[in-house]
Amino acid sequence: MGMIRDLFLQGVQMFLVLAVAPLLLGFTRRAKAWLLRRKGPPLLQPYRDLLRLMRKEVVLAENASWLFRSAPYMIFAATWVAAALVPTFATGLQFSWTADLIVITALLGSARFFLALAGMDVGTSFGGIGSSREMMFASLAEPAMIMIVFTVALVAGTTQLSQVADFVFAHASLRVSLALALVALIIVALAENTRIPVDNPATHLELTMVHEAMVLEYSGRHLAVIELAAALKLSLYISLIASIFAPWGLAQGDAAPGAYVTAVVAYIGKLAVGGFLLVLFETSIAKMRVFRVPEFLGAAFMLGFLGTLLLFVSRTF
Amino acid sequence: MDNVSLALMCVAALLATAVLGVLVRRSAAASGLVYSLCLILSLAILAVAASQLLGGAGATEITRLPIGLPWVGANFRLDPLSSFFLVVIDLGAAAASLYALGYGRHEDAPERILPFYPAFLAGMNLVLLAADAFSFLVAWEFMSLTSWALVMAHHRDPENRRAGYIYLVMASFGTLALLLAFGLLAGPAGGYGFADMRVAVHAAWLPGLVLILALLGAGSKAGLVPLHVWLPLAHPAAPSHVSALMSGVMTKVAIYGFVRIVFDLLGAPVWWWSILVLGLGAVTVVLGVLQAVLQRDLKRLLAYSTVENIGIIFIGLGLALAFQANGMTGAAALSFTAALLHIFNHSLFKGLLFFGAGAVLNGTGERDIEKLGGLIRTMPQTAFLVLGGCLAISALPPLNGFVSEWLIFQAILVSPDLPQWGLKLVIPAVGALLALGAALSAACYVRAFGIGFLGRPRSPAASSAHEADRLSLAAMFMLLGLCVLAGILPGFLIDAVAPAVREAVGHAMPAQASLPWLSIVPVAESRSSYNGLLIFAFIVIATLLTVKSIHRLASRAMRRGPAWDCGYPEPSPLTQYTADSFAQPLRRVFGEFFLAREKVTMPKPEDPLPARLEVRLRDLAWDMIYFPIERTVALAGEKFNALQFLTIRRYLGLVFAALVSLLLVVAIWA
Repeated sequence: MGMIRDLFLQGVQMFLVLAVAPLLLGFTRRAKAWLLRRKGPPLLQPYRDLLRLMRKEVVLAENASWLFRSAPYMIFAATWVAAALVPTFATGLQFSWTADLIVITALLGSARFFLALAGMDVGTSFGGIGSSREMMFASLAEPAMIMIVFTVALVAGTTQLSQVADFVFAHASLRVSLALALVALIIVALAENTRIPVDNPATHLELTMVHEAMVLEYSGRHLAVIELAAALKLSLYISLIASIFAPWGLAQGDAAPGAYVTAVVAYIGKLAVGGFLLVLFETSIAKMRVFRVPEFLGAAFMLGFLGTLLLFVSRTF
Repeated sequence: MDNVSLALMCVAALLATAVLGVLVRRSAAASGLVYSLCLILSLAILAVAASQLLGGAGATEITRLPIGLPWVGANFRLDPLSSFFLVVIDLGAAAASLYALGYGRHEDAPERILPFYPAFLAGMNLVLLAADAFSFLVAWEFMSLTSWALVMAHHRDPENRRAGYIYLVMASFGTLALLLAFGLLAGPAGGYGFADMRVAVHAAWLPGLVLILALLGAGSKAGLVPLHVWLPLAHPAAPSHVSALMSGVMTKVAIYGFVRIVFDLLGAPVWWWSILVLGLGAVTVVLGVLQAVLQRDLKRLLAYSTVENIGIIFIGLGLALAFQANGMTGAAALSFTAALLHIFNHSLFKGLLFFGAGAVLNGTGERDIEKLGGLIRTMPQTAFLVLGGCLAISALPPLNGFVSEWLIFQAILVSPDLPQWGLKLVIPAVGALLALGAALSAACYVRAFGIGFLGRPRSPAASSAHEADRLSLAAMFMLLGLCVLAGILPGFLIDAVAPAVREAVGHAMPAQASLPWLSIVPVAESRSSYNGLLIFAFIVIATLLTVKSIHRLASRAMRRGPAWDCGYPEPSPLTQYTADSFAQPLRRVFGEFFLAREKVTMPKPEDPLPARLEVRLRDLAWDMIYFPIERTVALAGEKFNALQFLTIRRYLGLVFAALVSLLLVVAIWA
């Protein structure tokens, strides 16, 4: 019975992240429009877009290879698995021990690897420029992320996200190293989700694009899957920040069914708050030039490194 | 008959094959015969070593064969550590021989390879079996010289001749350092057997010096920065199956030499040793991968990436030394296991990638990725295999490269418990550089695969490429399969190397294979765990689920059309992103100073000359160390040149002066 319940909860988490991700995207778009005093698209517009794209036929470039056709699914699967392993409404789920935070980071790296390759498959210059820049950003964002993982892991004594969340929940206190990690993680999250100031998700000016340039040749269901993966990634990062730095409201261990319902509500509330803060930040800042981004990400790297170094010097930081 | 005799007989048979290679080199079936024999013999040694490692037999040895030094004899020994390295070496050798059965047929001068190839294999195996300094060094030199001969196989190319020369100089330097290290260990009594060295009592200053000599000797063979300069020249110059062996396997023999001296013969480590090893390892990782990401020559790129991976292995070894010096045996076992796993993993994927590069070279005649492109359509199977290798080496889950790096990260997370401040400050920096190296290596392989295999063909050679032969493909499929297996079932691998770890650091990681769901738990379950099998299964299930449901419920219609490219598709393949343009942001971010010099020539507005951008890659080690040495040697040579033209009177005077000064030295000494 326990096993079935655990599997059920894990399944709920898996499909919850999938179901909520486009809603978060719709919410951020709507909120951004509000802040700009526009009306904005309806909340459910991303679902409609996805559905429309999925029903359309795919127009494939003449020389696109099998890699181009399978990459969207690989990207989506890796991102989905990563997203399903981050605690959203409950900790200690059935498969939470299959992967720790380093694995989750690396899974996103796998997704990026395929995305960058897909951008280069057709052999257009826009795809190449997107891939090249994406890999440049990643070459700083990934080590920054590892440094953040180190900081968090040294504070909590574990790299398992569920354990980290339980630890922070039980021993919440203000710590310098965690503050540094939070700032660094926000910078990494902005860069990884191609948000302003690193990239503009709404842009259609080719030379400034990174993510959009890589997926320029995609259409139909392939594009839908990639867009869904991008939405998943955004909700993954917000869940990640929430589960490490604000683990309140998570259902722990063998909670009663009612507790899970409130936990899900709390999770959606956290996503809304995170999305709103993101939009607030985005509307108050301008996009950077592409070669300013390494400095921005380098700052995240150094903050994460500083946090780790402080913890090596003394565990009390 | 015991295992070590079996292994030695196989080595003798390999040497006989080398002689056979000389005899039959001109006949048409020669290459098939020699490589099949090599394949069978490598598999035989592999079986012997694996049974020794897994059978828990401890060590078997043969002492005092009547060859070698008269008072030491030739000693051979097979213990868990050497068995593990034998498994790595002979697995790589078997794969290379299988590959060469197909690939070697295209060789235009087989007589320059066939005699040396089996001899090279024999040399590497003998290094691992040797149990005294004399046999070790003889085997080491034999391995160096035979591999030099293989590097010189295509000696008509002046670049290869230069590579061979530099390789020879560096190899001699390395052997010299090892000779001195063993000399110090043997002491004045001349106890050259490893058994004597283990029990010898040394002066306090001696182990540190031996460590430095071992780092120089083994490091120059393995490719530690700044001793790596020969490696990106020599590894690509050899035929591809030999490149795979040199990069994937021979560097591991060098690491074996380091491990044997430092972990086995030298006794208890001191903590500052680890700073040296960790620092060199971290610098090697970053400089190696930064060079790799800029290379255009596919095989040179792979060689620089080998330098990076050697750095990762040395980081694991350095951590093991640090923990060992502080009595944290569990953590030492974890780091040492991580290093051994990376040794195994790297030999798999580097072999695979070099085989792929060989297939490309054979199918197109090109090594410059700038002239390739679109190979995924002309060489689909090779492309698939190389893609797998790229994923594995970029440390992406669920493949094997990730597991070993993950274990090293876990070891770093244990290290704040170390008491020394030096280590507390160095290890986080090492962790940061390792993370940077992992990310850059992903960028490097996206570039290599994306430019070389994707896009549109950039040259006629690329558009008329042909697929590799079946035997080459079989060897690559075998290695990719092993990469996947090692990635999703790392627990079995950790358990298999446990005897070798126990021998080196006196402790092993807890048994993993019996854990539920086959996950791996390096320290404690509450701390960290990873389950490659489940991650793999999740990804497969998620992919299938998505594909099925979308095709079923939405649409599966598809139409081919011209590329969109924002409305301006341009048929010329020259409009694609090039390898150099792909690397340009990285070049810019990570410092033009120590990687590349850019020179822009911009003509005046009315001038019809084209604008030019020249980029010259540079390797810091050459500029800072080797060119000054070269200049000093040249200068000294010029000065001493005058000595050639003295009169007989002055020569006699010189002899007399030398004699007197030597006598003076002896008089003062005594």
